[in-house]
Order: sequence, then C-alpha cells, then structure tokens
Amino acid sequence: MYRYDEFDETLVRERAKQFRGQVERRLKGELKEEHFKPLRLQNGVYLQLHAYMLRVAIPYGQLNAKQLRVLADIADTYDKGYGHFTTRQNIQYNWIKLADMPEVLDRLADVEMHAIQTSGNCIRNVTSDHLAGANLDEIEDPRPWCEIIRQWSTFHPEFSSLPRKFKIAVTAAETDRAAVRIHDIGLHMKRNAEGKVGFEFIVGGGLGRTPYIGVTVREWVAKEDLLSYLEANMRVYNRHGRRDNKYKARIKILVNELGLEEYRRQVDEEFAAQNSWEKVVLPQAEIDRIGAYFAPPKFETLPATSAAFDAFKAGGREQARWAKNNLRPHRVPGYISVHIALKPQGVAPGDATSDQMRVMADIGERYALDDIRVAHEQDIVYPHVKLDDVPAVYAALKAADLHPSNAGMGSDIIACPGLDYCNLANARSISVANEVQAVFADKEFEDEVGTLHVNVSGCINACGHHHVGHIGILGVDKKGEEFYQILFGGRADEKAAIGTIQGPGLRHEEVAPAIRRVIGKYLELRTAKSEKFIDTMTRVGQAPFKDALYASA
Amino acid sequence: MPLLKNGKATQDDWSFVEDGVAPSDGGPVIVSFARFIAEHEALLASNHPVGVRLANSDAPEQLAPWLDRLSLVELSFPKYTDGRAFSQAQLLRRRYCYKGEVRATGQILRDQLRLMIRSGFDAIQFDDADAEAVYEISSRELSEFYQPAADTSASIFLKRHGKA
Repeated sequence: MYRYDEFDETLVRERAKQFRGQVERRLKGELKEEHFKPLRLQNGVYLQLHAYMLRVAIPYGQLNAKQLRVLADIADTYDKGYGHFTTRQNIQYNWIKLADMPEVLDRLADVEMHAIQTSGNCIRNVTSDHLAGANLDEIEDPRPWCEIIRQWSTFHPEFSSLPRKFKIAVTAAETDRAAVRIHDIGLHMKRNAEGKVGFEFIVGGGLGRTPYIGVTVREWVAKEDLLSYLEANMRVYNRHGRRDNKYKARIKILVNELGLEEYRRQVDEEFAAQNSWEKVVLPQAEIDRIGAYFAPPKFETLPATSAAFDAFKAGGREQARWAKNNLRPHRVPGYISVHIALKPQGVAPGDATSDQMRVMADIGERYALDDIRVAHEQDIVYPHVKLDDVPAVYAALKAADLHPSNAGMGSDIIACPGLDYCNLANARSISVANEVQAVFADKEFEDEVGTLHVNVSGCINACGHHHVGHIGILGVDKKGEEFYQILFGGRADEKAAIGTIQGPGLRHEEVAPAIRRVIGKYLELRTAKSEKFIDTMTRVGQAPFKDALYASA
Repeated sequence: MPLLKNGKATQDDWSFVEDGVAPSDGGPVIVSFARFIAEHEALLASNHPVGVRLANSDAPEQLAPWLDRLSLVELSFPKYTDGRAFSQAQLLRRRYCYKGEVRATGQILRDQLRLMIRSGFDAIQFDDADAEAVYEISSRELSEFYQPAADTSASIFLKRHGKA
C-alpha cells in the first residue's frame, strides 16, 4: 500500500495543526459556528443530532493492521467503543468531542491517516474496487491512479468551494464493485483500440433527491491526460453548476440541464484551451514511484486446491454456507478473498466494536498479508488469503462474532444511521433493517433466496443508496409518523439502474411482512434457483411483485 | 475595509464608478464588465488606469483582447462558500497570463487566504484588525502543494523528482 513520504507527512501534520487552531478559535468564541462550519466540514467534522461526528478517510478502502488498531484505540479513547464503516470507504465516529478532535487527528497522522475533505463542498475521498489487485477481471490495478487523484485533489485551491460535494470512484474491472455509475465522476479503466489502458469518463451519476445514472462523456482518456481532463470537468462544474438551490447543485443537475452534448462540448473546449503549463502532468518517475507501492505482494506458488480448505467446507452446514457466500475467487492459484459482512442482527450495518477491529487487524496481519479493505457494501474484506489459512481465519472471526455468512444475501443490508443518529433523517433505518434481516433469520430460507441487495435510507438524501437496491426502502415523515416507500429494480453494478417507487408508503411494522410476500412471489416466479431475484424481476416485470407488496396478509 | 497587496496593508487608490456616471478626472477607475465591453475604446483612451469588476457569472475569456491594457480585475466572493472567483482568477493568470492586479472582494475568511494566493489573487480586501499578521500566518500554514496553480510554488509531484 501507499506510504507517505516527507511531503505527504508534512502536509497532514500541518493540516492537523491548522485545524487545531480553528477549533481553538471556535471554542474561544472567536469563530462563529456559521464561519466554522465550512472549515470543519472540509475536515470531516459534522454537527449531528447528539454530538459532533468525525469522518475519517480510508483512501480507496485500504488499511493495514496498525492503522485499524489506531481506529480501534480512537473508538475506545474518544468515542463509545465502536465505529461505523460507511458506503464510501470511510469510518465515522458519532460521539467525539470537538475539543478532542485535534488530538484524534494527531493520532491519525501518526499512522498516515487523515479526515481531509471527507465532507464539505470539495472533492471527497476517492473510492475504488475493494478487490483491486486480487480479482480476476481487472485490466490493471486502479489504486495507483486513486492515490494520484487523492494527492492532486488534496487542498486544490480552485475546487475547495464547489457548488456541492464531489465524489470520484475508480474501477479497472469488468464487474463494477465501485459503483462508478452513481458517482459525480466515475472512471472505468479500459483499453482503447490500440490496446492502451485509459479511462472512460462517466459523469453526473448520483443518488439523493434526484437520482441519475452517470453518462459517458468520453469513452477513453489517456493516462497522461487524466488530471488535466478532470480539471476541465471540475472547472466547468465550478463555474456553471447551480448555486441557487443546494438540492440542484450536484454536477448531475448541470449535466442534465445542459444535456450531454453541450456539457461535453464545454468540457472539451476547456480542455483544448489549456496551455501546456496548465496541464497537470506527472513525471513518469512519479507515476512509477506511486505504482511501486501497489506492486503485487510476494504470493507463494501454491496448488489451486487445498485439502485443508476442502475439509473445512465439508465440516458442517454453517462453514459450508460461509465459504459459499463470503469468499471470492482470487487471480493467484491457492489464494482467495474473504468478506466479513458487518451486518449482524441488532446493530447498525457497518458498525464494528473496537475489539472486533483489533481482531480484524490481527487476522489481517497474520493471514492476509496485512492488507485490509473496506467495501462499499460496508463489509471488511481481506483480498489475499491462502486457501490453506481459511479454516484458521474463520475460527478467529467466529470467536469475535464476525462470521455472519450473509455476504451479498438478503440480510446483508446497506443502511444509513437514520433518525437514531442523524439530524437529516426523517425516519429510523436501523430498526427497519433489523426487521427485514429477521425475515432471513432462517439461514436455509436465506440460502434458498440467494443473492439479494436490500438498501435502507432514512431520508431522501439516500445515504443508504436505496435507489440502487434490488429492493430499496426509503423512510419518509408524514405528519410526524414514519412511513417507508418501497422501490424495486435498482442496481449499482455495471448494469446500474435506479429503482422505481412502487406506491404509497408502508408503516414501520408493515415493511418486513410486505418484503416477505415479495420474496415469496420471487420464489414462485423464478425459473430455477440460479435465476437471481433481480433477474426474475427484469424478466417478468415489477407488476406481480407490486401486487405482492400491497396484498394484505 | 483594509486592502492587502501581497500581504501588506495598502492605500486603495481605486474607485468604482457606477454605470452611466462619468469618471472624474485623474484617479484609477473600476467599471462594470458590461460597461467595459460597451465603452472600452473610450475608457482605454482616457488618462485613467482602468480596472474591471467581474460578476461571478462573467467570463474572463471575454476580456482577453484588452487584458494587457487593464491594470486591475476585481473578482468577488459574494459568500465565502461560493468559489467561482477561484476559477476566474486561475483563468486570468494561467490561461491569459494576466500580469495586472487581481483583487478579491466580498466575504473572505482568513482560512481562505492561502487558496486565494494560490489562485492568483495579489490583492485582497480583508476585514481583520490584524490583517497583515493573519495573512502572514495563513499563507504559511501549509508549506507544500500537490497541484500546480497560479502561484509560483512547484508541485510536490515535480519536487519529488528534482524537477522544480
């Protein structure tokens, strides 16, 4: 993974010191909350319902054990002993005191971490495929380019007061695990006709109140033009994005109002007008320097199968199920990627206690080449584990209650913190997610249903990505009572689509039974067990599922 | 309001002349963008040094033919969260290599001074009792920069390889 050099280190330290000064001015009353707000937001500090919240960046989702242990220590020392992993590869702490923030930033800086630009109207943490460097279908590792974008966007003087927040995701695989089509800019690395690797620029995706799937502005941009073409896009957005209404300020609205052709014309005109000295060109030595940090680890030469792993799978239903649902193929024989679904019953999806973080750190160090990833599904992933070590990894996870075998399944729900924690929310998310999880409490039933993505948001800001769940659940407030709208047919992968609202909202207690009826309809309509929920819905349409949703029991 | 020119409190000799009002003799005048476009021949032929005030929605590109005869371009931050003037300043400095004064007015927080300097502003109307000292501190809070901008600092990407 990337390691800071003296420049990176200096900047993160200076930023922590600068923020310490801002906090001191705020606590002394020299800085009004109104003026402190944009400053704290650029450093990941939100004022939430109960307390300040700190969002820490985990760039493109990669951590080592030492870093994860510090995240655990911060949870113990400054919070209530847990943290919340988010859908954008960050970790949030909900209970940190403002006066403690500077110290927390110093602790983070000690392990090359920060909270820079994790909120505010700037370029946010760059996200990527959590299996980068391990999966079968990527054309090259996207992480060096994520790191280059991270550095370029850090304290960018021109793009620090954008109309609205700006999120960039990068993938280099055919299967899109980074949800690039629902980002402000999604970069899909691909080859052109000559076989050279470059970037497809997908612009204007996003969820929230007005969901859009991003559109391709350019099929292929050369690596040497990446940052300059990004700057052209950013400048058109900074100059022309709407600032009259924060709900219409994202780049998706600009692209939609101008139309793709006109947006593309403006960006290309800006790009063509750049003088040679305006181009952001990295020396090849710098690209090589950053790339070297992501060189493949020293994999052992191993047979493609493992007797220990085979025995593990045959060792009982629970283990077999975990092996089936929580493992992903690896490009190197004898290795596999392991998912930890942070979705146990009864707590917020993505939550982990400090003890669990330490266990995950220990396992990562001992069995996973010290490479730990945070996935946008709010899972923790070890990309590189030897098949031979899977039994030991499973045993260690099980001892820490980190062995739910539901990765990618009905109970592996993505949800925002909702009304319990968030001052934007209209309705609770966690409790409704827990009730839907209970529908799948019978593991045989959950297996029978198979792959199913359920997403829950507690308001139209859509932090739970309800638009891209196969089943989306949106909490709304009607005259002081919580109601939940149900969406069908969304997806965040390479076939990205926005789900359709089915009809009137349901009461809290009606949601889980209604979802159960929808699942029943799927089991009735599918042609075979291999036909996934979303595929059956695509084949037969949403009408029968809607009927089931509203059929009174 | 104090005017900082390259960080030093300076007497402001410029005055804005409303559209339709004739400039009084002598001193340097700032006019609106629309007026400049309409009356540039007469304005540039006069003995006044001429500056132009751009709104955030005005395009600096349209000033290009006359930039070498303008002494000042004034850009505004109507709210501290509105960063359009950052792009306008970068365009003036880097696209059109404008050498005159680029002045920032409006709602300006000390924490934005560094961004303004990097974007090419050399004059900032900054309301603070300790303006010079605050400018000095703010401009030095961060000592390195990843990306090239309108100031002369070399990017970290280049410095790492001795190319700066």
